[in-house]
Amino acid sequence: MKIEILGTGCPKCKQTLANVEKAVKDLGVDAEIVKVDKIQDIMNYGVMMTPALAINGEVKIVGKIPTPNQIAEWLKGN
Amino acid sequence: MKTEWRKFLLIVAVFIAAYYIPFGHARVQSAILESFYMLQDYARRHVLFCLVPAFFIAGGISVFVNQASVMRYFGAQANKILSYGVASISGTILAVCSCTVLPLFAGIYKRGAGIGPATAFLYSGPAINVLAIILTARVLGWQLGLARALGAIIFSIVIGLLMALFFRKEESEKANAVIPEIKEGERPLWKTALYFLSMMFILIFAAWGKPAQPVGFWDAVYNIHWYLAGGFLILLVLMLIYWFKRDEIKEWVSSTWIFAKMILPLLFGGVLVAGLLMGSPGNDTGLIPSSYISSLVGGNSIFANFFASVVGALMYFATLTEVPILQGLIGSGMGQGPALALLLAGPALSLPSMIVLRSIMGTKKTLVFIFLVVALSTIVGMLFGTLMGGA
Repeated sequence: MKIEILGTGCPKCKQTLANVEKAVKDLGVDAEIVKVDKIQDIMNYGVMMTPALAINGEVKIVGKIPTPNQIAEWLKGN
Repeated sequence: MKTEWRKFLLIVAVFIAAYYIPFGHARVQSAILESFYMLQDYARRHVLFCLVPAFFIAGGISVFVNQASVMRYFGAQANKILSYGVASISGTILAVCSCTVLPLFAGIYKRGAGIGPATAFLYSGPAINVLAIILTARVLGWQLGLARALGAIIFSIVIGLLMALFFRKEESEKANAVIPEIKEGERPLWKTALYFLSMMFILIFAAWGKPAQPVGFWDAVYNIHWYLAGGFLILLVLMLIYWFKRDEIKEWVSSTWIFAKMILPLLFGGVLVAGLLMGSPGNDTGLIPSSYISSLVGGNSIFANFFASVVGALMYFATLTEVPILQGLIGSGMGQGPALALLLAGPALSLPSMIVLRSIMGTKKTLVFIFLVVALSTIVGMLFGTLMGGA
């Protein structure tokens, strides 16, 4: 599974990364966590507000920090 | 390895600074002292009753105001007139964090309503976010705060329209962006509005200043301002208990905390630097003598306004640090007009952001945008300076 965090490096994006890492660790799933921080690349996801999160290429949340619980729900869904 | 080198260079830099800075010189000593005086002034006058409530308001906006509903107006199919209007004012709720401005700009430009609304948003966003307006009005006076907000809104539309006019041929078909799903509000609008209003009143009354003469309305309010602020605080607590879920309150507090964590260190550094360079307002004790500053940006000449816009456009201001720096500059003799010019050109542009802009929309458009920002900021600065009676 591939989890992409879209964000230019602001504190909110770092918080998102921390939440993702927590969720992945708690669930014990095998996931590749990728940070996408170039604006050009972020645009290719059709995302206008950061932080955003994509799982296997599908954008799950835009412009908000997801909670570890939310992330865990999405991970289970995949 | 790279990080180790960086640490080494940092240590060398600190060592060289410690070795050579003439701490014995009277000017250096007074400048260092000034920077701590200025920090104390902020701590005593602005942190508790202005910044803290402002952080809670900004946190509330990012959690309880439906930002997705605004994004609708930036889509490729959106009504053009509406997108300009919304772009020019939506900075109030979208741009609280300066790092959200560039992605949004790129998104509106590439995937949405096009270059006009995108540049309108880019120009006004940083100037009219709630924290910036509150702190500008509080520290630099309500006239400058109001002029900053109004100037940014009106001129962002002008800049947006001009950019769209110049580059109308290059607008092409675009893929539409993912518009975040619109969540239905969980409580009626009037409840949310009342919640924000009571926070605004707490901020206004807690920070109510003592008027010069103890007469009239201002003084009457001043005498009871703590009771008024306390009353609204009780009202706010009641609303939180009866209308909000525990999770929502937790989310609100945590987003407030994120803002505070992000902005306070920057502002702290900005105040220290401003005090060091310019001295506290009214004292010619900073490293840069007041006479330099007033000869460059004093009064309201074309040159002073132009110079302030150019400097503002090139310099990088981290979120809100423009306020203490301008406070220092005004205290050292900067005119009101050039101050506004710098406030308008400053947060919208900086050398690093120009480089990112260039990668998004190309050299030509970036240059035209920079030219428009500098030219319009100069003009607005002059108008405001004349209005305020600075000659």
